[in-house]
Amino acid sequence: MDLLATLRIALRALRVNKLRSSLTMLGIIIGVGAVITMIAVGGGAQARVEEQIKSLGSNLMIVIPGSTTSGGVRMGSSSAQTLTEDDAAAITREVDEVQVAAPVTRGSGQIVAGNSNWSTVIYGTTPDYLEARDWPVVSGRGFEPQEVSGAGKVAIIGQSVSKQLFGDADPVDQQVRIRKVPFTIVGMLDKKGQSMMGTDQDDVILVPLATARNRLFGNPQGKLRRIHFMSIKVRDGHSMKDAENRIRELMRQRHKLQAGADDDFTIRNLTEILQAQEASSKVLSLLLAAVASVSLLVGGIGIMNIMLVSVTERTREIGLRMAVGARANDILKQFLVEAVTLSLIGGMLGIALGLGGSLAIGQFAGWRTSLSGASVVLAVGFAAAIGIFFGFYPARKASRLLPIEALRYE
Amino acid sequence: MAEALIQTTGLVKEYLVGEQTVAALCGVSVSIAEGEFVAVMGPSGSGKSTFMNLIGCLDSPTRGEYALAGEKVSALSGDALAAIRNKRIGFVFQQFNLLPRTSALDNVELPLLYGGVAAAERHARAKKRLEEVGLADRVDHHPAQLSGGQQQRVAIARALVNNPVLILADEPTGALDSRTSLEVMALLQKLNRGGMTVVIVTHEHDIAAFAQRNIHFRDGLVVQDHPVEKINDADAILAHAAASTAAA
Repeated sequence: MDLLATLRIALRALRVNKLRSSLTMLGIIIGVGAVITMIAVGGGAQARVEEQIKSLGSNLMIVIPGSTTSGGVRMGSSSAQTLTEDDAAAITREVDEVQVAAPVTRGSGQIVAGNSNWSTVIYGTTPDYLEARDWPVVSGRGFEPQEVSGAGKVAIIGQSVSKQLFGDADPVDQQVRIRKVPFTIVGMLDKKGQSMMGTDQDDVILVPLATARNRLFGNPQGKLRRIHFMSIKVRDGHSMKDAENRIRELMRQRHKLQAGADDDFTIRNLTEILQAQEASSKVLSLLLAAVASVSLLVGGIGIMNIMLVSVTERTREIGLRMAVGARANDILKQFLVEAVTLSLIGGMLGIALGLGGSLAIGQFAGWRTSLSGASVVLAVGFAAAIGIFFGFYPARKASRLLPIEALRYE
Repeated sequence: MAEALIQTTGLVKEYLVGEQTVAALCGVSVSIAEGEFVAVMGPSGSGKSTFMNLIGCLDSPTRGEYALAGEKVSALSGDALAAIRNKRIGFVFQQFNLLPRTSALDNVELPLLYGGVAAAERHARAKKRLEEVGLADRVDHHPAQLSGGQQQRVAIARALVNNPVLILADEPTGALDSRTSLEVMALLQKLNRGGMTVVIVTHEHDIAAFAQRNIHFRDGLVVQDHPVEKINDADAILAHAAASTAAA
């Protein structure tokens, strides 16, 4: 007997007991829906972390100045002004694991373009910074070497700033005044989105380091080449931990710190922090999916229960089918198809529930959810497998009935 | 004489009840020729139902041999027996055994479904058989919408649909009133006149009288096997009844 005819018989049998079929399906619907929703919630958490890692730049560390102690009073971090441009150059030069170490000096100021203006963060840095952050220029160009060394009045604009000043127009080659100094925009950065702390990373404008120092923020006395922090990218395939240790060693040496003295700088291994977060969000999503799978399992047991009842109820029908020529295999197939149909229809409705559920969670709880095609396929595959697994025993029981006994069954 | 359609030799069927072996049939040798109309009779426990199950290939004998149309079927496997039931034998049961909530047409198609016949041909053949049993206008009715006699006629159409060599009817009139019983017997007699071999099981003598030959069972053995001297003609009785109703 062909599969299509078997399917028709199965659908008819399920229609006969509509309420019972729907209730049995409900177990699978809730199970599949829960699995999809939970995977979406877990996936959302994971995607968020992954996105942060991506926007941060991979293998990234930052070095910030440490705290100072003044008369026994310890100031907060970055209170010392101990980092210099030369530290960054030395790290790039002497630590093999480091791909680039970009010095950054930071300030803020009003930017004026035509009749609009905007206050933003100004980074004075080198082209290495873009490399360290995996941050490409999408329009225009980066800084030329002579602009870096000659304190050229050029700027690369972040997308949020560009939007504030120029709307959707192309900012490249536009003139702006940064803290009243005229600059030419030479490029626009790619969009980065929010940082880990939720600040807008695109609300920034980059100028060459020397330009920032000489033309924008002035030169603090005696702090000729000081910088606010440096962003360091470690080469692929090298241990972040090793790189961190070597940088610390080098910096202590350069800053002439005695053994036992506190560091006058702090190294933050940002990627590692995020990777730990990612690992924990992975565990979370696995846990959520596992809990949801339990409900799918319970749904499967419901199918088995109903199929067993159905086989008992329809013993005479099975006997009759055998009398008119159904082989054991035909009977097995019929009940198996019935169970799988039940679980697959339940699975389809479960997908709808899961989609709705994850949308609702996104909407009302404000959690980010990420639906993947793979999780949908997985859930349906799982539902079908449950239909086969839990349908097999009742189906085999039916197919092993003896025709005369089944026909005589009351 | 042509080769027998049904040939059993020393058929024995034993059941295990608890730790005791109970023999339902103790060596039955019967020969039924093609085109015969046989009624199998006997009290309950006589072995007549066991005999029916064996010649209907619903069960296998413990010992002895059974050949259907020259083919030795007593040693066949379950699936091979299913194929023989499907192609060679049409069953009619006391309780009709129609699938509930399923149209008459789909019920009649059932054997064809398991015989692997294509949908279009299934419909055509099932429809034709329903017309033959006088239910052309009831093809879409469910069993619950049909009278007992109509249901049994659907069952007979189902038995006929795969062109079997043998119709086996187990108490076909047991659940019917006397008038519809007559109608069903008339239908079976008509089929027999067309050359079909019919074997019925019954405990009613007046039903057995519609057959050409009666075989009596008792305690697992054939105790009597004789031709019916005065065969009842169901059509004639029906016509007579109709005439007397009209006269009154």
